[in-house]
Order: sequence, then C-alpha cells, then structure tokens
Amino acid sequence: MKFQNELKDSIRKALPELDVVIGWCGSFDRLHATPHFIRREEDIEKLEIGPLSVHNLATYLPGLRGKKVGIVVKGCDSRSVIELLQEKLIDREDITIFGFPCTGVVDQAKIKKALGYVGNVESCDMSDKSMVLVIDGQTHLLNFSEIKAEKCYSCKYPDAIISDHFVGDKIGNGDSTDANYEALETFEKLPVSERFGYWLKELDRCIRCYACRNACPLCVCRDHCAAESREPHWLSQENNVRDKLMFQVIHAYHLAGRCTECGECQRACPVDIPVLMLKQKMNKEVRDIFKYEAGVDPEETPPLLSFKMEEENITEKDW
Amino acid sequence: MALVKYLKSSDLKSWLAELAQKNSVFAPRYEGDSVIFAPFDPEQEIFIKNAATAPPKKTVFPQSEKLVDFKYSKDPEDLSRILIDAKENLPEGTAIVFGGRPCDVRGFTMFDRVYMSEEATDIYYKTRRDNTSFITLACDSTENTCFCNWVNSSPSDPTGSDVLAIPVGDGLLLKAVSDRGESLLTSKLLSDGESRIGEGEKVCKEAAESLSQVQDLSNAPQKLLEVFDSIEFWEDVSAKCLSCGACTYLCPTCYCFNITDETKGLQASRIRSWDNCMSALFTMEASGHNPRPTKAHRLKNRVGHKFSYYPDLHDGVISCCGCGRCIKSCPAGVDIREIVLKAIEFEPTVVEG
Ligand code: SF4
Ligand code: SF4
Ligand code: SF4
Ligand code: SF4
Ligand code: SF4
Repeated sequence: MKFQNELKDSIRKALPELDVVIGWCGSFDRLHATPHFIRREEDIEKLEIGPLSVHNLATYLPGLRGKKVGIVVKGCDSRSVIELLQEKLIDREDITIFGFPCTGVVDQAKIKKALGYVGNVESCDMSDKSMVLVIDGQTHLLNFSEIKAEKCYSCKYPDAIISDHFVGDKIGNGDSTDANYEALETFEKLPVSERFGYWLKELDRCIRCYACRNACPLCVCRDHCAAESREPHWLSQENNVRDKLMFQVIHAYHLAGRCTECGECQRACPVDIPVLMLKQKMNKEVRDIFKYEAGVDPEETPPLLSFKMEEENITEKDW
Repeated sequence: MALVKYLKSSDLKSWLAELAQKNSVFAPRYEGDSVIFAPFDPEQEIFIKNAATAPPKKTVFPQSEKLVDFKYSKDPEDLSRILIDAKENLPEGTAIVFGGRPCDVRGFTMFDRVYMSEEATDIYYKTRRDNTSFITLACDSTENTCFCNWVNSSPSDPTGSDVLAIPVGDGLLLKAVSDRGESLLTSKLLSDGESRIGEGEKVCKEAAESLSQVQDLSNAPQKLLEVFDSIEFWEDVSAKCLSCGACTYLCPTCYCFNITDETKGLQASRIRSWDNCMSALFTMEASGHNPRPTKAHRLKNRVGHKFSYYPDLHDGVISCCGCGRCIKSCPAGVDIREIVLKAIEFEPTVVEG
C-alpha cells in the first residue's frame, strides 16, 4: 500500500515508548495475512497493510491492559476501540492508535467459493480493482468487488474515527449510508418456521469452538462465559443444535447495541456459519429504538449500559 | 498382490448406496460454505476435490456422546435410599467413512495408542473403531498448509485405511489395504484396476512432489523440552492466539475430552464431549488454580504434546499428521510449523554469573 512506509516511520518513532505495536504481516502464503506483534525495531519491516488485513486487532487490547500498546486500525476496527473505551475496558492513555484510509478488505470465504478450492498459492498481486492469483501454475483473476467483505460495501467510516497518528489522505464517508440490512430484511420476511429451520441447519455443523466469541473484540468475559458455566447451567454439553443456537442468542443479546458489526465472529468461524446476521438483527432494533450506533463517539454510553426513567421511543405509558 | 479395482465417477453414488445398505456411510459434502462429513445422502453431491474443512474425527470420536444414561429412584423398601439405574450406551452398527484423506485417517492411529493401549482400553472408542472402515482418498493436489511429508507420511499414505482410492482419469482406482478393505470391493460396479496401477502411481508421485520441502523434525522432541521453561518464547509465539477451540476441534489427532453429567429431574446422562487445551478452562482446578494460566502455557501444551511428549511415549511417532487444518482454520493465522521450527532453532540465552 502507498502509505505503508509512512506508517512504518510513524511506528518507528513511537515504538521506544511502547511495549508492543500490533499490525499485520504476511502469513503462510501470499493470500493470507496474520496479526503481527512488533516489539523490536527489526519487526517493523515485516509490517504489511492492505486488503488482506482482515483481523480486527482491537480484540487483543483488553488482554494487554496495563501495557503501553500501539495498534493499527482500519476504520471499522477503530469503532471497536471506541466501544472498548466507552465501556472502560481499556485506558486511552495506554493506547496509541495508528489509522490509515481503508479501501476495503477481502472475504476469504468468498475467495474460496470463487475458486472452488484454494490450493497451492504461488503468488497474489492486488490492485485497487482486482486480485491476480497464481495457483498450481494457473492464473486466476478475481474482481475485488466480488471478493470484498460484505461490511465494506456500505462502509461509513473507512478512515479511523479515532487515531493519534493518521497516515495517508482521508477518504471520507463518500456516498455510504447507514448499515445495509437488506439481506436481513429479506430474511425477516420468511415465516418463523423457515427462519428457525435455517438456523437449526446452519448451526448443526457448529463444533462449539467459540472462535466466534474469542475473536469478538467486545466479548470480554472469556473464561467466565455463560457458555461454559456449570452454575447457572445455561448450556448442556450434549450435541444438541438448540444448545448451539442458544449460545448464539446469548452472544447476540450480550452484544446488542455494543456490536460494531466488524464481522469478526463470522470470519473466525472455521465452518462458515453466518452468525453475524443475528447480531445485525439486534443492532437494527437498537438503531430503531434508541437511534444509536455503536462505537462512534467515545463520550457516549451504549443504550443498554445506561438507564433513563423515560425512554423516548418506548411508550409503555400509552398502552 | 492386493486387490485393485476401478470405479467410474458416475458410479460413485451407486456404489456408496450399495455400501449403505448394511452400514452407515459417511461422506464429505458442502454444508453452507464448509465441507463436512455427513451421513451419505444420494440426493446431495459428494465433495472430493480436496480435504474437508472438518476431518472425519467425529465418526469414531463424536463431538459429544452419552456414555451412560441413569435414573434416580427411591428404594420402595427403604425410602431413605436412592437407587440409581444405569444403562451403558455402547455404539451399535458398522460404519464406512468414504473420502477421508490419508492424514485424516492416519490420525486415528495416534488415538489408538492412547485409547486402545495394553494398560487401558476405552470401550466406546474401541467399539466404533473396530466397526468403522475407511475408504480413503489419496490427494491428487495439495495446499500450502499441507505438510504430511514432514511427519513421515505422504498424500497417498494408506496407514489406518482399509481401501485407498486414487483419482485416476474419470474415476477412482481402489486398492485394498486390509482384509476388510478387500471385502468392500466386491461390487459389480467395480471393474478390474490392474491396468491403471501405473497411472495411479503417477498421480501419487506428482502430489507428493507438489508439497513443500521436508524439514527435519527429528530433534523437535528434545528442543521443545529445552524451550519448555522459556516463557518469553511461548508468549511471543502465542501473542496472536485467541484461545479458541478451532485448531484442536478440527485436528484429526486431538483427543482430549471432558466428562459432564447432564441432569434433568430424576434422569441424567454422563456425557463425554471434546475438550481442548487452548481453552482458558482447560485444566482449571476446582480450587480456582490453573497450572496453565495463560495462552502461552496452553499453546506450549498443544505444540509440545504433539511434537515432544507424545513421541517420547510412543516410539518417536509425532502426533500431528500434517493436515494443516489448524493453520488454515485459525482465525489468527497461528502456524504450528513455524513454532516447531522456531523451537528447533532456539538457543537459550546464557545468563552470565
Ligand atoms: S468496513 Fe470500511 S474500514 Fe472496515 S475493512 Fe471495510 S472498508 Fe475498511
Ligand atoms: S459480535 Fe461479531 S460483529 Fe459484533 S463486535 Fe463481536 S465480532 Fe464484531
Ligand atoms: S465459531 Fe462457528 S463453529 Fe465455533 S462455536 Fe462459533 S459458530 Fe460454532
Ligand atoms: S491457535 Fe488459532 S485456532 Fe488455535 S486457539 Fe489460538 S486462535 Fe484459536
Ligand atoms: S496439529 Fe494441525 S496440522 Fe497437525 S494434525 Fe492437528 S490440525 Fe493437522
């Protein structure tokens, strides 16, 4: 990316004051990136940002509390940082935020689908519009618009909302509007039995690995999660799709109005279960009732973490 | 000479349907965007292009199984006594798993040493293992994450299988590996395969050559012990780990389990379900103490177990079959190969004085 060197310089300057800076670097092949923990000057060279920088690194922040941490954020990731700040799960003075203008990231599941199977990637070259992959000697051309993560199509905040160092020129909101809930709205029109059947079928293959939970920057209970608690006993250990669904419902409820729709839960799922939709549903309700969007203003309090005697849009007195 | 047959691709479903008359048959198919093993359904396409997202581990070692069902009741003779009526749930019937990969199926041989050893036999595991046959698909193409060749195996390794199926032309060359395998190759849909053996060998050779260069892991057990006490090393390699269960639950050789009693009123079941060493609750003791309190300790266990402690107990056999799922499916891109190689290169810093 154009301003990658600028970013490296910026990190180089800040590193002496920091314990670690988290960014991304290349992974096992050219088609994948991985989170990169920069502790020494020589780690900086490996840093790479671009359409493969899919991971939301804000997930690591609560676990590093007490340390001086630098973090590179996409626009959407910065919203998770804001939400964590709002909830006092991290301390602003300990965090140094590096922002850059994000032009979108890929959805590896879409790439997998487009190719049928991925195989031995020999090279991967990306431009603004496309990706050229050489796999087992064969060249594949994929349009970026076909392999982009869903969230990027309607991205409202491509530039980090909050940052201490911003490299490159801001893109601005462009013509993007509020979150796009079209797919969700279509789904909501189906009869209950069909919707329920859909989730039973999708969740049947859930292996209960809780990658969806652990990748979520705002799932902060971790080792005290309701999923694994024996007392109270919310979920059984039976191989029961209803228990699996129950966990997703718990996750969605706990994230209502806090979830920034970063999509990490769905990206992390090793068996590609579309769990993001459940969170979008909750967020859509929160948006309609409380006119609230998570992770935008560090001074705000999420609606379900606050209490008002009279809610503007909940008219219980008129019943 | 072992029995060799040939099956046209167009006859695959009919053949599996024949086998399904007397056995439960599992085959890989798409569910959503993932490929998993599911009971054979002639209405659905079987996916055999490359390894499934999840291995067939659950066919012998289910994600969750009821070991014993029990009921509480009062003793009518003495109402102060509670009676327990327990019923063991031993698995029944025979199964055939079609389409596992050599790494997947070889994985069960790592289970065998633990669950069917001379000292102890797990009757649930053994019953399924004895009653399950494997028709394994040799890989004709490989992925960047595959490294079966580093762990003394190959894309056509028949270890643990009953039949090895090699994609040849527009069909499968079926080689019996065991006596049980021979008995699976009696269908009229199969023709003689002798004439295609050469072609099959070529496919296997090409797949083997497409893998990355073999790395010498012979001193990994020793080196991993040397690096055991270096918490910095483990903190460094585990920094990006999210402590989920994706790597272990998708691993064909991870065999840890948990036992819980699920009680509903006077009825209860004793359940065995998968557990994993990456979870924060793994080895959490009732006192609240956890000997593996951080993800660094836990990742050390996963890598150390497979590449050091298990080989030390089991004739040097590495209990990783090189399938690469833990790398490919890790949401944070943790690469077990990289960690093992780093451990091999590890030089302890000598503290002066
Ligand atoms: S949602 Fe916006 S900020 Fe996030 S990856 Fe997509 S384009 Fe970038
Ligand atoms: S629930 Fe999913 S989309 Fe929402 S914040 Fe958590 S990981 Fe992101
Ligand atoms: S990540 Fe996927 S498989 Fe794992 S618990 Fe969540 S939904 Fe289930
Ligand atoms: S290594 Fe990856 S898959 Fe395994 S626990 Fe850590 S994050 Fe999850
Ligand atoms: S450790 Fe990883 S590569 Fe090895 S068998 Fe398990 S999942 Fe496959």
